[in-house]
Amino acid sequence: MAKTPTPLSKEFLKGLWNENPILRMLLGLCPTLAVTNSAINGLSMGLATTFALLCSSILISLLRKIIPSQVRIAGYIVIIATFVTVADKFLAAYLPEISKELGPYVPLIVVNCIILGRQEAFSSKNGVGRSIIDALGMGSGFILVLLVLGSIRELFGSATIFNLQILGDWFNPWMIMILPPGAFLTLGLLIGLGNWLNERKVKI
Amino acid sequence: MNKTTKMVIVLTVITGLSGAILSSWDSVTKPKIEYHKLQALKAAISDVLPSYDYYEEKDIDGKTIYIGKLNDSTQPTGIAFKVDGSGFQGNLSIMVGVDPSFTSITGIKVLEQIETPGLGTKIVEDPSNKTNPFWFPEQFVGVIFSPQINVVKNSIPQNSNEIQAISGATISSKAVVRILNEDIVTIKELYQSVN
Repeated sequence: MAKTPTPLSKEFLKGLWNENPILRMLLGLCPTLAVTNSAINGLSMGLATTFALLCSSILISLLRKIIPSQVRIAGYIVIIATFVTVADKFLAAYLPEISKELGPYVPLIVVNCIILGRQEAFSSKNGVGRSIIDALGMGSGFILVLLVLGSIRELFGSATIFNLQILGDWFNPWMIMILPPGAFLTLGLLIGLGNWLNERKVKI
Repeated sequence: MNKTTKMVIVLTVITGLSGAILSSWDSVTKPKIEYHKLQALKAAISDVLPSYDYYEEKDIDGKTIYIGKLNDSTQPTGIAFKVDGSGFQGNLSIMVGVDPSFTSITGIKVLEQIETPGLGTKIVEDPSNKTNPFWFPEQFVGVIFSPQINVVKNSIPQNSNEIQAISGATISSKAVVRILNEDIVTIKELYQSVN
């Protein structure tokens, strides 16, 4: 295949918008819906996932010619699980409050399809440099959506963002926003907004 | 090298390395995690017991109780212990303090819960009550639990063994009371059997 390589900047930016894991590919929705009841939870979940994604991408792209294709999924899962456990223990040891808030959703990063998906679709076919850029792009896209989602839900559900009071006492918090239905409503609206913006971009 | 051998070797090496990384990382983080657990336990005990200088840990039939004491006296000032039971959605774990004669509660603190955010979580803290977010757990201070604690709805408790339920979270409120009613008696019998 005589194909000119995609510029690195594009490799990074695709994660933010065109191939955004949540808004465009609808991957990794379980943690997205479950832990975004506040901005800080969304951000820490995003960071933990990006850490696991980045480390696994580096290692898997280094090992891509060594791991036999028949056992690649098993190998990937072991590698991903290792980094996720490292992140989980790190949070429990150094940030116990956040670890308590996120609960079982940190170990569940192992089965996040964004991570396995990127290994299968990208790191196993590209060099280390490109895989790092790809992982950072996808990770940033994920963090961004989780942060926006968490902030919106915290703003309307608790009248705060990052525990700072934004709306005054006149505002009666909408309890539904920090409950599961709030996650579905907000995510649906965000995806809709993403699609709308995308259509407009195409027309222009 | 044939394919099968390669598969076996690669997977063995990967899992072996993974095990090595995890066990060394665990030895780094374990003391810190234990430390946080101990700090949380100490904080909970100091929240539920009245004044004490140190506490003694005592195991009776697999139940750990913490006996608060003053430096210049052997008499306990209060007794704390952990009780568990099911709440609205999952396990509720509560640290309870009682006076040494086992008649009234000196304080409770919910350690673990997964109640409904914004409703059932008021058993821990109620942000909608600006003057006293901790009104629910604080109601238990001084409550007499013999013969049992009762829950009243939509009215101010009249008797010293009554507490007011959280509106919108009656099941969570009742769960706390039920766990206390059931478990305090058990601990009381255990404690008095050895003293």
